[in-house]
Amino acid sequence: MLELFRSPNYDFIGRRKWFYLASALFIAAGIASLVARGGLRVDIDFAGGNLVQVRFERPTTIDRVRTALTAVGLGDSIIQEFGDSREFMIRFKLGASQADAGKTVQQALAREASLGSFEIRRAEYVGPQVGRDLQLQALYAVLAGLAGILIYVAVRFDLKGGITAIVAQTHDVIVAIGALSLADREFALPVLAALLTVIGYSVNDKIVAYDRVRENRRRGGALRGQPFASQINTAINQTLSRTLLTGVSVLFAAGVLYLFGGKVLEDFAFTLMVGVVAGTYSTIYIAAALIVDWTQWEDRRRRAAKKVVAKA
Amino acid sequence: MQRRTGLRIAIVAAVIVGSLIYLYPPSFVRPWLYAHPPGPARGLLPGTINLGLDLQGGIHLVLGVDLDKAIESQVERAVPTVRAAFERKGVAVSRIQRRGASELVVELASPQAFGAAQTAVAAELGSFEMREPDQAAGRFILAMLPKEVTTLRELSVRQALETIRNRVDQFGVAEPAIQQQGENRILVQLPGVQDPERAKALIGKTALLEFKLVDERLDADRAAREGVSEGLELVYQRRIEKETRQERRVPFVVQRKAVLTGADLSTARVSIDQNTGEPYVSVEFSPAGARVFAEVTEASVGRRLAIVLDGNVHSAPVIRERIPSGQAQITGGFTTDEATDLAIVLRAGALPAPVQVLEERTVGPSLGADSIRQGLVSIGVSALVVFAFMLVYYRLSGLIADIALGLNLLILLAGMAALGATLTLPGIAGIALTIGMAVDTNVLIFERIREELRSGKTVRAAIDSGFSRAFTTIIDTHVTVLVTAAILYNFGTGPVKGFAVSLFIGLVASLFTAVFFTRLLFDLVYMRSRQPVAAISI
Repeated sequence: MLELFRSPNYDFIGRRKWFYLASALFIAAGIASLVARGGLRVDIDFAGGNLVQVRFERPTTIDRVRTALTAVGLGDSIIQEFGDSREFMIRFKLGASQADAGKTVQQALAREASLGSFEIRRAEYVGPQVGRDLQLQALYAVLAGLAGILIYVAVRFDLKGGITAIVAQTHDVIVAIGALSLADREFALPVLAALLTVIGYSVNDKIVAYDRVRENRRRGGALRGQPFASQINTAINQTLSRTLLTGVSVLFAAGVLYLFGGKVLEDFAFTLMVGVVAGTYSTIYIAAALIVDWTQWEDRRRRAAKKVVAKA
Repeated sequence: MQRRTGLRIAIVAAVIVGSLIYLYPPSFVRPWLYAHPPGPARGLLPGTINLGLDLQGGIHLVLGVDLDKAIESQVERAVPTVRAAFERKGVAVSRIQRRGASELVVELASPQAFGAAQTAVAAELGSFEMREPDQAAGRFILAMLPKEVTTLRELSVRQALETIRNRVDQFGVAEPAIQQQGENRILVQLPGVQDPERAKALIGKTALLEFKLVDERLDADRAAREGVSEGLELVYQRRIEKETRQERRVPFVVQRKAVLTGADLSTARVSIDQNTGEPYVSVEFSPAGARVFAEVTEASVGRRLAIVLDGNVHSAPVIRERIPSGQAQITGGFTTDEATDLAIVLRAGALPAPVQVLEERTVGPSLGADSIRQGLVSIGVSALVVFAFMLVYYRLSGLIADIALGLNLLILLAGMAALGATLTLPGIAGIALTIGMAVDTNVLIFERIREELRSGKTVRAAIDSGFSRAFTTIIDTHVTVLVTAAILYNFGTGPVKGFAVSLFIGLVASLFTAVFFTRLLFDLVYMRSRQPVAAISI
């Protein structure tokens, strides 16, 4: 039998302070990067504006494309290589007549004979109103996703489990957004889809762990009378191979998308990969650890209250 | 659980056969499938599954209907009705003018008639109410009732939607999607269309055609500088000078009230001028329109009649004689495409209000083809990696999980065909991801079985409790992802919606394949013989 772990018994919970610190550091790095870059780069889906993707017959450079565009006043466009040096993504914001931008770019590039023949592969325009609406909807979608899961976990287990799960999921989202900023990637619609998928998927790990704690308690046996911290630790160890295996299989799928899915899916796949890793990590080190801290804090209060009663 | 193996085999077989029928519809069921929506897209494989615009190329437009303008023009059009209503009640009105989108300022000829005016409003003008009455000055506001405004807004969007659908249908696009989005937005998807300029001109043109008599008592150039009196208006004709190729705007003074509009047409078609070879649009009025046209032309011989489209004069021919035939020609230096499209929009009717392009996405066919190729490679590689991983890690049990995964993919594709869902590039990513996620269920079960084995259970007991203990957890894990997929679907714009759909179907299918089907295979392998099973390959 091929096994990752044979009856693992790591002390995850005991070392939780270190992992809180690690998460805090990574999140701080992400926030620092967000601040340094002046916020997350957002795609035209959310920011509004124009995007033209063009593929030339022969390789060329960003500078030559820019020169051609300067003639029509689009010289300060954001121009990026897209995949290889024959394909470019051009982004800009125009005035009122934005919607005809594809044509403008086409004419400008056609005028520059040295660029050779080319094909406009994609032309998009998103109006400012649509962009704003999408931003708001994206926020609602993430909040609704978190709320839905909070309610489900709270009903299935308890409010404490629901809240710690949500804290862990929020942690995953923040880590993923921080990673996007650190890697200088862009927030677009598919990235939002990836974030929501991570929220829905990696909460599974938490549920599996909570479920195990509950089952162990029901069955009693050796665990009865053990402190809560070690009950949780046991449950995490018991579900550890499952947590890692499924994390790995989704990571495989996301990694394949990253490598083979093409440029359009790259940011989406990147977010998934970071999110899945963060989700697996936060199951062990955030969700479970927080529930332990919370329960211990409650116990201390209860004991303190008892003492007061005893004195009186 | 070991019982009823026969029934369970039959269920699995039925699902497989059903899936195959949706994916490769045999000719004898095809008519039935297509007649029962939501059936699969027309055509055999490839083509049983709708491809999104990002995969097959085409144009995606989101148009905003300017509803304030729609109300405005409706209120403007109500002015004669309002005037007539007052006159019927013997109230003389000196002036009616629109204020804002939905209000009319009414000035009475004499303040004494104020009481009668109030009665007239209550009795005759049901969709208006009187506001800011100024009895001394004989002045008040007629405001359209909010309920009326709401109805009118809804009606305008529906009418715009129908008009656009008509135009697209006449333009001849295969399987266009035209839907209302939110309060005042219309989504138009034109698969396979590659000329966004033409599509926008065709769909976005208000196409308000008006025939207006030219008032030649006034000098148009002077009127352009000094303005025109009430009842008249200034419109322009764009002319391109042949030599300089410069555009010149020629002003015309016309009567504000149109003699006839596009609503009076019965048809419009493209014709070619025999002498110049230039295309033009010939229109034919409805019987009622033709009568008006005959009367107007008879009464106005020698005057010019301006043909105004969306506020621009196309031509202003001189009326030479009474025209009883009810036919007219719109000329104006069209290309053949322009003339064709104008005929289409005139036949389909005018939009109730101007529309504005809010979002436009054009994807070329080559990008779509690349995306499909990359997407298929991704699905293939990710299936290969995950299949191999399961096989190496869980051996025979892994093989069982792999077979279940294969069935999952089959059901996923068939489900998309059956629901008429659209496959997009993120949707393909969703399929690749489903492969990674669907094995979770089997991993849960297998890890559980291993644990039960370690605790000393027999193979059969371990399988039994592995499946039953993992079950509640499996339901939990499915519900959470389904919740987020549902949210994504609701949020979704096209491509993201496709992702949500494939994720959703894939997960529902995995409940069937990873639990029901896998259990069946385990039972067939380990539960059939009467002897105890010594070992399990897991």
